[in-house]
Amino acid sequence: MIPAAQAMEPTTGAVTAPVLRVQGLTVSVQTEDGLRPLVSELSFVVRRGETLAIAGESGSGKSITSLAIMGLLPPPAVRVTGGQVMLGETDLATLPESRMRAVRGDRIAMIFQEPMTSLNPVMTVGTQLIEAIRAHEDVSRSAARARALEALRAVRLSQPERRMTQYAHELSGGMRQRVMIAMALALRPEVLIADEPTTALDVTVQREVLDLLRDLQREMGTAIILITHDMGVVAEMADRVIVMQNGRMVEEAATKDLFARPREAYTRDLLAAVPRMGAGVAQAEKPADAPVARLSDVVVRFGLKGGVLGRVVQNVHAVEHVSFDIRRGETFALVGESGCGKSTIAKAIVGLVPHQGRIEIAGQALEGLDAAGQKAYRRQVQMVFQDPMAALDPRMRVGDLIAEPLAIHGLGGVAEQRARAADLMARVGLSADQLDRYPHEFSGGQRQRICIARALALNPALIIADESVSALDVSVQARVLALLRALQDEFGVAFLFISHDMAVVENISDRVAVMYLGQIVELGTRAQVFGNPQHPYTRRLIDAVPVPDPAHQRMAQARLAGEVPSPVHALGAGPERVRLRDVGQGHLVAEG
Amino acid sequence: MGSATKAERIRRPKGAMARLLQRRMAVFGLVLIAIVVAGAVLAPWIAPFSPDEQHFDGLTIEGAPLPPDARFIMGTDLLGRDLFSRVLYGARTSLVIGIVANGVALLIGTLVGITAGYFRGWLGAVLMRFTDLMMAFPALLLAICLAAIFQPSLWIVAMVIALVNWVQTARVIYTETTSLATRDFIAAERTLGAGTGRILFRHILPHLVPTIIVWGTLGISTTVLLEATLSFLGVGVQPPTPSWGNIIFENQTYFQSAPWLVFIPGAVIILLALAFNLVGDALRDVLDPTQRGRG
Repeated sequence: MIPAAQAMEPTTGAVTAPVLRVQGLTVSVQTEDGLRPLVSELSFVVRRGETLAIAGESGSGKSITSLAIMGLLPPPAVRVTGGQVMLGETDLATLPESRMRAVRGDRIAMIFQEPMTSLNPVMTVGTQLIEAIRAHEDVSRSAARARALEALRAVRLSQPERRMTQYAHELSGGMRQRVMIAMALALRPEVLIADEPTTALDVTVQREVLDLLRDLQREMGTAIILITHDMGVVAEMADRVIVMQNGRMVEEAATKDLFARPREAYTRDLLAAVPRMGAGVAQAEKPADAPVARLSDVVVRFGLKGGVLGRVVQNVHAVEHVSFDIRRGETFALVGESGCGKSTIAKAIVGLVPHQGRIEIAGQALEGLDAAGQKAYRRQVQMVFQDPMAALDPRMRVGDLIAEPLAIHGLGGVAEQRARAADLMARVGLSADQLDRYPHEFSGGQRQRICIARALALNPALIIADESVSALDVSVQARVLALLRALQDEFGVAFLFISHDMAVVENISDRVAVMYLGQIVELGTRAQVFGNPQHPYTRRLIDAVPVPDPAHQRMAQARLAGEVPSPVHALGAGPERVRLRDVGQGHLVAEG
Repeated sequence: MGSATKAERIRRPKGAMARLLQRRMAVFGLVLIAIVVAGAVLAPWIAPFSPDEQHFDGLTIEGAPLPPDARFIMGTDLLGRDLFSRVLYGARTSLVIGIVANGVALLIGTLVGITAGYFRGWLGAVLMRFTDLMMAFPALLLAICLAAIFQPSLWIVAMVIALVNWVQTARVIYTETTSLATRDFIAAERTLGAGTGRILFRHILPHLVPTIIVWGTLGISTTVLLEATLSFLGVGVQPPTPSWGNIIFENQTYFQSAPWLVFIPGAVIILLALAFNLVGDALRDVLDPTQRGRG
C-alpha cells in the first residue's frame, strides 16, 4: 500500500528526453466557407513517466488534439493542416495509415470515456486482449494468452481467468475501463492517451481507476496525456497542465503553479467555477413549516421476467422503504452512485413509474388519483432532466416549449401564454426575442435554462432537478446553480436535487440524503452530513471526490476493486432493511 | 456565443410554401405534378382522339402498332388506339390510385403503427401480430380475393390497394414510435400533465413526418404498378378504361417490336414517382426546423 501523496511527486528528478513532441499542430475542418481551424498552433512535449493534463471545456479542442495524435481524425472533413507530431523520430502527422496502424496500440495507446462502446460486444474480453497483442507482436496464442492474463492481473481485476471468458456487458463500468486499460498497457506503449477516462464512472470507481493508472505509470514509466474537464482529476494526477480554450493553448504550467498562481484570466475563471467541497455558503435554516413533499415508505420494484411462461421470477429492488420530507423553499439533495435508485425516486414522484407507499405533494397524495386529479397533481411538481437537448421537443419553438405547460393546463389565452413565456425567458437570463428560435440554436447551458423556465411556468411547489447540471461545463454549471438559487429565493420553490457529484451537492443543498442500493443510509443537514459523516459509505463517497488542490494530502486507502452488490433478488427475498437512528438534531444514520 | 451568432445569420422564418419554392428541384417536381394533373383534368380537351377509338389506319398492313409520327405523337397500341390519348386518360386512373389509394394506405399504416408503438401492451401486440399476418399473406392473392368479392371499379380497386399496402408503413412507424416514446422529451411532456392525444399528435406525429413522406413517395410507384398487375389479372380497372399500368400490361407482348408502347407509360410512371419524390424530399427538409440554416 503506497500513500497516494507520494505518487503525486514528479516521478523522477532527472529530466528525461521527450517521448512525444507536438509542434505547431493545427487541425482544421473543411466547411462550405473553407477551412476552419479546430486546434491552432498547439505545441507541447511529454516526457517519459510524466503525466500531462490537457484541460478545457467542451469545444476547446482537447479531444481533437488526442485524435490527431492517434491519427484517428474523422476523414475526410477534419485533418491536420499544419505542424508535427513527433514520436521519437517519426512524424505521426504525415505517417500513412498503413504504418500508423503499427504504431497505434504498440507505441501509443488510447483509452476512451465510454468503455462499453470501445469494447466489441460480441467478443470475449480474453479474445480481444489476445488479438490486440497478436496484432502487434508475433507471439503464439498461448503466449499471448499468458500476457493477457498478466495484464488483467496488473489492473487488479478480480478473477482474471473468469474475466477472460466474459463479454463486455457482463462487466460493470469500472471493470470495463480496467479491461480497456489492460488492453492499452498490455504492449507497454510509450505514450498513453486517456480521454476523459473516468468521466462516465462513479466517484468511488473513479478513485480506483485513477489510483490504478498512477500505479501502473510508476511501474512502466509510460507517459500519460490525460484529457479531462475535471480540475480535481488534473490536480491529483498531472505533473503539468495545458489549459485550452477555442482550440488554442491558454496557459501551460506545472500543476502546482497553475493552481497556486494561474496567470491567465481564463484559467482563473475556470478554477473559480470548479465546485469545491467545503465552499458551500452557509444559509439561514429554513423554517420547518409544513412540508411541500412527503414520501412515506416508498418502494419501487421492477419485475424481471423469465422462464418458459414469461412470469416474473426476480425483482429489481430499485427503491426500498424510502421516507423523507422536503420543506417549503429548501433544496433537498439525493446523492448516490449509479443504480442506487435516486432517479427512480424522481420518476416515482412525477408518476412515471408505479410505486408502493405514499407520495404527497402540497398535501395531495399521488395514489388513487383519476386523470383530472393527476393533472392537478402535476401542476405542483415539475422536473428538469439531465440532458436538455433530449428533454426539449426539437421541432418546437422555444416560446411554445415554455408555454406548453400553460397550454396543457389551459391557463390563459395564446397572447397571455406568450407574454408569460417571454417573462420566464427573461427570468432565466435569456432574451425574449429568442422565443421563436428552436432548441438546436442554443448552447447546452442556455437549453438547460429553457428547461428551468418551462418547469417554473406553472409555479410548482417542487422542482425535481435530476442530474440537471451534470452534463454542463463547470463555468456554465456554476452559472446555472447560481440561477437556481436566485429563482428559489424569488419563487419560494423547493428543489429535489439529484446528483452523483458530492461537490455540487455540498454547494447547493440545505439537507442531504445519501442513498445506497435503494435505501437511504444517511440523512441530515448539509453541515451534519458533510461536516460529520457517520455512515462508512458517506465517508467513502466524500473521500473519493477528486480535490482541485495539488497540495491536498490524500489519506492512504485500501485499493480494491470493490463491487456494488446487485439489487436483483428472487421473488419473496429482498435486501435487509436498514434502520435509521437519530444521532442528534435530526441527523439520521443507518445502523450496523 | 457561437450558436447565437450563427442564429443571427438565419433569416426570419417564412411560410413553408415560400421556402419550398426556393428549391429548384422541388419546383421542378411541382411543375411535373401540375402537368400530370392538368393532363388528367383537361384530357377531354387536350386528347386528339377518344381513348377507346380504334383507328383503321392505326395499324400497319401487317397489323403491327404504329411508331410515333405527326398524327399519333406517341404512336398507337396493339388495337390501333392513339397512345397519347390513352396516356392522358390513364393519368386519371393512375392519379386516383397513386394519391387516394396510397394516401389511405399511409393513413391506416400510420394510425396502426403509432397506436401500437405508443401503447405497446396487449393492444400493440394484437395490432402488430395482425400486421405480421398481413405481411406474411401474399398481397396480390389478398387483392384478388377482395377484388373478386366486390364489383371491380376504380374506387373499389383503390380501396383494395389501400387495404394491402398499409402494412410496411405500419411496421416502420411502429418501430419509430417505440423509440420516440422512450425519449426524454416525451417523458417531460408526461410530467407536465399532457394527455395522450396531445403527446401522440403534437409531439410524436411531427417527428414521423419525414418517414411518412418517404413511404408516401415510394408508395406512389408501388400502388400504380399494383393496380397494373390487378388490371392485368382482370380484377383491376376494367378495359377499355385506360390506366398507365394496364397500358403497359396490354402491350407487353409487343415489347420487342414496339418498345414505345411499354417505354412511354413506364417513363410517365417513373416521372410522376420522381416528381413526388423531389417534392417530398424538399418538404421534409422545409418542415424540419432543425435543418434550418443548414445546407
